[in-house]
Amino acid sequence: MCLSVPSEVVALHDDEQAITVDTLGVRRKVSRHLLSDEIQIGDYVLIHIGFAMNKIDKEDALESLKLYKEIVEKLEAENHAQSSHQ
Amino acid sequence: MSTNSIQLAHGGGGLEMNKLIRNLFFKAFDNCILRNEEDAALLNLQGPTAFTTDSFTVSPLFFAGGDIGKLAIAGTVNDLAMMGAEPQYLSLGVIIEEGFPMASLETIVASMASELKKCGAKIVCGDTKVVPKGCADGLFLNTTGVGRIVKPGLSAKRLMPGDAILVSGDIGRHGAAILMAREGLELESGLVSDCATLWGAVEQLLVHPFDIHAMRDATRGGLSAVLNEWAAASDVMIEVDEAAVPVSDEVKGLCELYGFEATDLANEGTFVMALPAAQADGALEVLKRFGHCENAVIIGRVGESPAGRVILHTPWGSNRYLDLPAGELLPRIC
Amino acid sequence: MPNQAINEPDSSLKLKSLYEGFRDAGTIRALAARINSAAQNLSEPLYIMEVCGGHTHTIMKYGLLGLIPDNVKFIHGPGCPVCVMPKERIDQAIALAKMDDVILLTLGDMIRVPGSKGSLAQARASGADVRPLYDPLDALAIARDNPDKTVVFFAIGFETSTPMTAVLLQQAEHAALPNLLFHINHVLVPPAIDAVMAEPATKVNAFIGPAHVSVISGAKIYRRAADVHHTPVVVSGFEPVDVMESILRLVELKNLTESVVDVQYSRAVSEEGNLTAQALVDEYFEVRDSFRWRGLGPIPQSALKLKGKYAHRDAEIHFGGRLPVQEIDDHKACQCGDILRGLANPMDCKVFGRGCTPQTPLGSCMVSSEGACNAYYRYHGVQHVD
Repeated sequence: MCLSVPSEVVALHDDEQAITVDTLGVRRKVSRHLLSDEIQIGDYVLIHIGFAMNKIDKEDALESLKLYKEIVEKLEAENHAQSSHQ
Repeated sequence: MSTNSIQLAHGGGGLEMNKLIRNLFFKAFDNCILRNEEDAALLNLQGPTAFTTDSFTVSPLFFAGGDIGKLAIAGTVNDLAMMGAEPQYLSLGVIIEEGFPMASLETIVASMASELKKCGAKIVCGDTKVVPKGCADGLFLNTTGVGRIVKPGLSAKRLMPGDAILVSGDIGRHGAAILMAREGLELESGLVSDCATLWGAVEQLLVHPFDIHAMRDATRGGLSAVLNEWAAASDVMIEVDEAAVPVSDEVKGLCELYGFEATDLANEGTFVMALPAAQADGALEVLKRFGHCENAVIIGRVGESPAGRVILHTPWGSNRYLDLPAGELLPRIC
Repeated sequence: MPNQAINEPDSSLKLKSLYEGFRDAGTIRALAARINSAAQNLSEPLYIMEVCGGHTHTIMKYGLLGLIPDNVKFIHGPGCPVCVMPKERIDQAIALAKMDDVILLTLGDMIRVPGSKGSLAQARASGADVRPLYDPLDALAIARDNPDKTVVFFAIGFETSTPMTAVLLQQAEHAALPNLLFHINHVLVPPAIDAVMAEPATKVNAFIGPAHVSVISGAKIYRRAADVHHTPVVVSGFEPVDVMESILRLVELKNLTESVVDVQYSRAVSEEGNLTAQALVDEYFEVRDSFRWRGLGPIPQSALKLKGKYAHRDAEIHFGGRLPVQEIDDHKACQCGDILRGLANPMDCKVFGRGCTPQTPLGSCMVSSEGACNAYYRYHGVQHVD
């Protein structure tokens, strides 16, 4: 329901339970009170109203993107086969 | 203390005010009409003249890429330029809150002077008021301007089916820079406002025989507002290819964070133009080569129906209306 | 500030791909082609409810309705926390804001939503101290800077935003800030699904599960929808590719007559969800017996309140006698309740676009950009323009 955006962790501030994240070139400090996983610089997290909600599974995202590429290629191949039949 | 900040006496009409006007305003805006110090500036206007006014109440007063002073000159000069007029004479009204730092005022005035140099317009009359603390938010400015029409006939009512729609650069940077600088957000980025005087670019366009139908700077309400106003005024449909609209990464990032649309964010140095499609590439080349509008691009075209509406085409073949932004610009939380 | 990303084995995923990859035009077209072909095998029309306003927003903003076949329809659900807030709760917020020594804080576009006599924005214009926050934790500084005032956080949102309120409360306790109180309006998704399905005439036969509610709560909260209501649920991300893939999965599940919970948004959602967040919510909140939803009426156990041991933070208790409690219904002609249950379409409503517009909303579905009527008002009728 709520707006939440993928961002990259660019700095850790352990003393204040905060991290600095970068969203397409916009950087801000957000709370990490809700993160249970260990967080490292370079991780991607979801940000919602000033909080990091969780870590994004990079492997999983890459897998989805790979699947989409295959779907697109398959459709193109089908379209190509169809048009060469006609 | 009195020299470091503005006192009520600086607006009292006496010695302090006189000193402020001479040492600060006259020095920065020096020209002979202003120096005459008559009750009104005497102008020698000839032919059709454009006339506009605008008040500036921006918060914060200083932001990445400009300040309220630069904005006050660019804003009024741009309104004249958008009507095909060469900006000539400006008035300046200043309302200062008691206690306003003198150094900030000096910076703002210097930035106005430097912006004036870019278009050749002059401040020829002015007014200064100081109000008690709490009665204004730091500093309010008003500028009124007149300019000689170089190219008559530009109008929001003149868009015609077959026109191309151009923007002079990537959109939303001023609105984003202001939000970025707002207290409480504590954001950092390399983003700077697009705040700029457009006369230089427009002058280059007007040298050529393009049949420009309309120009408008996409200030408050952003690109959405301009296109909707045009569609209504000319009773035409405007269609925009969403993927063609240039938006910088940082503006995208801010929009993602707060649920804004780049098309709703204000610009202060980016304008939209409509002219026959056959001339669009030529105009684009002039803008890019001589107008310093490297990101200028064609974003759409004018059609007939549904009249009064702006339609956005997505890259995957669906469409939606681009509506006028409504209400206060608040983050979408859900 | 150290800000260069270190090299790591899986750094081949660029942050930008998380946006662009899931908005890719070719992928959206390809998924649309697949949906259109798979939907030919549907034995009955698919009525998908997207529970969450974020999905309504995506569907409308990206024009996805124009890409799917006629036998796949959307029913826009009650998942916009701003929309479902009953007027009497907003009246309470306004009453609080108008008290001399109170500063009322809330999130974003909540301040626009009208109660029975205007909105918080209007109350602010007439002198009330209302401050929209970008970040709930900003309330700490406001409370600290105004020790002689009572600062009330008007907390809204579904499971997504509740943990943030919990952290704020935790911090207020740690910092011993006695003047920060809470007016709690956090609502829950599963009871809303039950309320929709309790209507015998409902057409809903599939759900798209909320993205970020599920990040917090886990996919497990939809078991009941799948097991008891026999509707497939696909938990979906908010990008247009996410939603298109979820539609495809729902069509496929329907063709297989499988009522299961499937997670499309697996890059962020697990079965169990964010346990740290859940523990925080459990520490501070408990379920209310009942909460009145704008448009849907009272739903048992559908919202949260503060636990008894935090009563000293509860604005409803602190200001008890001074808050209006009268229940206020929407305009008689308003059909939001039926729209939220999928029994009516925004266009069926007599006041839609006439008395009821985004500027002057009469019912819940028109109040925010995520409400069904609001989205229809702004975007509908443009799907097939040449």
